[in-house]
Amino acid sequence: MQVIGSIIYTIHGELLFAGILLLVFVLWFFFPKKGGYALISTAMMNSQKVMVEDALKYLFDCAYKNVPCNLNSIAGNLQISSDKAGRLIEKLLKMNLVRVQNQEISLTDIGRSYALRIVRVHRIWERYFADETSIAQKDWHEEACKIEHLVSIEATEELAAKIGNPVFDPHGDPIPTSEGKLPKPKGILLNAMKGGDIGKIIHIEDEPQNIYEQLVVQGLYPGMQVYVTEILDNKIVLAADGDECMLTPLFAAQITVEKLSNEERKTTKNELLSELRLGETAEIAGISPNCRGLQRRRLMDLGIIPGSKITAVLQSASGDPVAYSVLGTTIGIRKQQSDLIFIKPKKEKNNEQYNK
Amino acid sequence: MEDIKNTPSDREAILSAANAARWDLDMDFHDTVIETIYQEASQIARKTVKQKGDKAAYSYDLKIDKIVTSRWLGFPIMFLLLALVFWITVAGANYPSQALSFLLIDKLHPLLKSAMEFLHAPWWLTGVLIDGAYLSMAWVIAVMLPPMAIFFPLYTLLEDLGYLPRVAFNMDSLFRKVGAHGKQALTMSMGFGCNAAGVVAARVIDSPRERLIAIITNNFSLCNGRWPTQILIASIFIGGLVAAPFAGIVSAAAVVSVAVLGILFSLLVSWGLNKTVLRGEASSFSLELPPYRPPQVWQTLYTSLIDRTLIVLWRAVVFAIPAGIVIWLVANVKIGDLSIAEHFIQWSNPFAFIFGLNGVILLAYIIAIPANEIVIPTILMLTVLSSKLSGIGDGAGVMFELDSVADTANILHAGGWTLLTGVNLMLFSLLHNPCSTTIVTIYRETNSVKWTALATFLPIILGLIVCFFTTQIWYLLQ
Repeated sequence: MQVIGSIIYTIHGELLFAGILLLVFVLWFFFPKKGGYALISTAMMNSQKVMVEDALKYLFDCAYKNVPCNLNSIAGNLQISSDKAGRLIEKLLKMNLVRVQNQEISLTDIGRSYALRIVRVHRIWERYFADETSIAQKDWHEEACKIEHLVSIEATEELAAKIGNPVFDPHGDPIPTSEGKLPKPKGILLNAMKGGDIGKIIHIEDEPQNIYEQLVVQGLYPGMQVYVTEILDNKIVLAADGDECMLTPLFAAQITVEKLSNEERKTTKNELLSELRLGETAEIAGISPNCRGLQRRRLMDLGIIPGSKITAVLQSASGDPVAYSVLGTTIGIRKQQSDLIFIKPKKEKNNEQYNK
Repeated sequence: MEDIKNTPSDREAILSAANAARWDLDMDFHDTVIETIYQEASQIARKTVKQKGDKAAYSYDLKIDKIVTSRWLGFPIMFLLLALVFWITVAGANYPSQALSFLLIDKLHPLLKSAMEFLHAPWWLTGVLIDGAYLSMAWVIAVMLPPMAIFFPLYTLLEDLGYLPRVAFNMDSLFRKVGAHGKQALTMSMGFGCNAAGVVAARVIDSPRERLIAIITNNFSLCNGRWPTQILIASIFIGGLVAAPFAGIVSAAAVVSVAVLGILFSLLVSWGLNKTVLRGEASSFSLELPPYRPPQVWQTLYTSLIDRTLIVLWRAVVFAIPAGIVIWLVANVKIGDLSIAEHFIQWSNPFAFIFGLNGVILLAYIIAIPANEIVIPTILMLTVLSSKLSGIGDGAGVMFELDSVADTANILHAGGWTLLTGVNLMLFSLLHNPCSTTIVTIYRETNSVKWTALATFLPIILGLIVCFFTTQIWYLLQ
């Protein structure tokens, strides 16, 4: 023991170096998304089962949208070589999951029900991530893509029951029932709308991810009213809930809208609760669909519902949060949240006491 | 529809028709339901409820709020009030602690020993029961009870008054940046009194993710049981570095830096947890600012003494008794020539040296898990035992403390302690597993082995990392 002790006294530089190496390694290993653990688990995922299931999902999507599907489009979607895609299709044929007719590949009944099961798992988990976790909006799809190959259908059914058997995923896609029923696709693509048309966004495609992220940044979400102002050569100009917005046809093709004929056009955009100054009172117009799950329920419980009167009363010593008085109670709301609460534009000046 | 009978197939048909109908509902039909409920409720209220008096019922509240949340006065008022609470706790607990210690340890302990002698009990039975179990329990009560009995009621009074939500309101922006809730400021300051109580206090956070963060990071608040350790070690090793007139100030500054380091760690760990393991937990923010009201003093006293002080103390005592037995046994059961404690200390010394600690400290932190308060007495006892010092302390397995700082310093120096050991002990005392009371409380509150294990082992790992680098860099610079 004494020997070890005396050795330890002499190798401090080496120990320090080894310690730093170990720390760096551990940090790298557990780094979210890019670390060693994440790499290993994605490498483990890249098995045949994942390929088969992803191919089925893609084929199902094509059938649902009535788009033909061939070897090349599968290879493109799964990002594999056409050789590999060929072997994959052979495997699917052997498993009796797909059939091929003049280059066109489609699902058999068995394949369809398998695909529906995966789609159900995927969309239920997306709903769960959106409503019950803090996972960022851009990551729902990716996380669901990972988990759909890992969880059992039983675990998913349990989860579905727990979150109230949802029928839509957060992107607006319907979730197939456990018997595999799915409604017919509704609506038209946004780039098929004409100038002067009014519609409601019912779906935003979540793939490819970079386009989806930009649409999210633009503040578009299912449930919004859109009014197409004009269609230019390479641009569609529209008002989304009264807020002007420009999209290229490529981006507009990611959005499905339901045409509304007898709805009144929202001309003024909603103001945000965060724009209310101390002492001002306004009527709440609603909560943005971007505020979901627990946070949304909590705000509604506190009386943040359309029609309630709300007054900004206090600012915290550090500026954020701001305290609002609603339904006779005072609650602190962070700017992050008050940016997601809409108020009717007409503000009333309140009595003097709130003015600093 | 045609005739519907209560047959399985009809039921199926109805259910699937209902399911299909849900596709046609709006995506936000849940909102519509809630809105309708509120509308109905407010209609009923308008019809049946009459409001009397003037509208500005809370205008006084607003005036107070303007002051306590103002940009310039908000934080100074908060620091002053919290400092006042801590000062009253420390100053007020001193006397009753000494009295309890005198009564339970100086008087009752020898009395019980002579009673056992009178009953002709074998020496080992006296050792296990009186020097082990009783002494450990008495020690925990004497050092824990008075500060908690003062701190908790004071804190509860501030809470009852309605001031604490304003603290959370002011502090929220700091905690928001690390993904935590402003109310964590409250559980953190509660943690400075007692981590177990801080963990229970995290119930005020209604968002699951932020509540877990507050629970897991509470241990980084330097609790009441660790302040004396910090002060003692700082005055021996750090105060000794400077001339006598400055010793007090310098060692106080060292202790405060350790506490501030704890706050920094709690923010850093909150941030890290958010990015990694807690991504899967739901989060929501809301903070009610209830109207101020005169505190109900008697009820506050009663509930804070029963709910907080006694429950925490009871949990500590429950663990202190077996731990006391273990402490006595490891120091007295011999394998060969040496006691178990000495075997462990010799075996773990080389490992501990890497971290700038020693085997005595490691063993003390393992067997003194019931309360941080008994770490120093255990360290002293083990140092005397393993360094074969004679004439100090009360024998193997009997914890003791000395009145004089200089005498304590002599024991530690004889045990081979250096300034580096002192610094590392201070760091390790901040960054190590929570005491058993807190661990049990975390389990009760989270009901999850996973989160309990994380809250237990994460601080140890951090502590070992920090001590390792402190030590190795220290040697490199020499």
